[in-house]
Amino acid sequence: MAMTRAVKKGLRLAIASGKGGTGKTTVTAALASIWSQALCRPVVAVDCDVEEPNLHLFLRPVIRRAETAKLEVPMVAEAALCADCAACRELCQFGAVTVMAGKPLVFPEMCHGCGGCLAVCPTGVLVAGSRELGRIEEGATETASYLAGRLRIGEAQSPPLIRAVLARLNKVAEPGADVLIDAPPGVSCPAVTTVSGADAVLLVAEPTPFGIHDFELAVEAFTPLHKPMAVVINRSGPGTPELLALCRGHNLPVLAEIASDRTVAETYARGGLLHEAGAHYRAVCFALARSLAELPQTAREAAHA
Amino acid sequence: MHAIIAVSSEGPTLGDAVDPRFGRAAGFVLVDPAGNVTYLDNGSSQAMAHGAGLEAARRLADAGASVVLSGVVGPKAAAALKTAGLTAVEGFDGRTVGEAVAAYRAGQAG
Repeated sequence: MAMTRAVKKGLRLAIASGKGGTGKTTVTAALASIWSQALCRPVVAVDCDVEEPNLHLFLRPVIRRAETAKLEVPMVAEAALCADCAACRELCQFGAVTVMAGKPLVFPEMCHGCGGCLAVCPTGVLVAGSRELGRIEEGATETASYLAGRLRIGEAQSPPLIRAVLARLNKVAEPGADVLIDAPPGVSCPAVTTVSGADAVLLVAEPTPFGIHDFELAVEAFTPLHKPMAVVINRSGPGTPELLALCRGHNLPVLAEIASDRTVAETYARGGLLHEAGAHYRAVCFALARSLAELPQTAREAAHA
Repeated sequence: MHAIIAVSSEGPTLGDAVDPRFGRAAGFVLVDPAGNVTYLDNGSSQAMAHGAGLEAARRLADAGASVVLSGVVGPKAAAALKTAGLTAVEGFDGRTVGEAVAAYRAGQAG
């Protein structure tokens, strides 16, 4: 254990998966609840699954503060000023600004907020407006700080809100605190945005045909981000040997295996936490937390091996 | 009627079916008042993730069309067509391009 070393910067871990429903939230919630006890370090639990946040159902935090997150988008200030130069239209890859018959048209819901159109418009016809992305909630449980994003109903893009949540995290996390981020499922922009904001990744995998297929997609998507990555197998069963072989092939350490156990399912269904399913699972969670704390170190050593 | 009529189409001729989509139509058949038929391929818009309708609207405005016949025109494309001064008429799916043009002209004349 490297507990004697002064901890400068905490670990920032994304808990991700290709397939949905593999147990990301189960693992995140359990880890957040026992983390400080296992490692004597403060921890922040973050829900970046902004389209359907559910970490709060297990952690039951008290929300201290909620604020609206906004994205800067262009607005037409004075259509008559338009020089019809089409610079904004040519720049925008998302069709959020266009010029039709010399009139500028903005579709704010398509804007990704890069600000490029505002920068290239020579006449000031476009000015900064804003689009509401959703809410950022801050709070705490008995064992962890809590931060979550909740996407506005009707908002089509989650990455801008995810980025706003991660930016807020830099302000609220105490120095040296570790961060556990519940990532959105899948391997598209929301998941990649979340994982990009972490410095290590824990993949929760399920040994079913779907699970194995999507696990491979996740490995393929996240490997190019060059972050230490490890695996937890949830609802372990007949497909586990295949999953273990895949992990060996990708050189991914498997840090825990959670059985397909009715006790775990019943605990989960009550809104209980994994480590409450019995002494065995409590030990699994503590061991997992300790292995994760060492993960960046382990990965560095593996890279130089 | 001295207008160029554009019809979202699954192919380049008056005998082809009206494409029910506007932004992601395969192409547009343009019929001018003299009855000349030209075809604008829309394949590049079909592949766009967003703003296909805007791209198609601009293409038709540039081609000088003033009327668009299609199945359903999306809200953003409708706004763009309106800004550019084009009239969009929906609900022509299930017909051929030739039938759509004839039906539209009959409606205008009546």
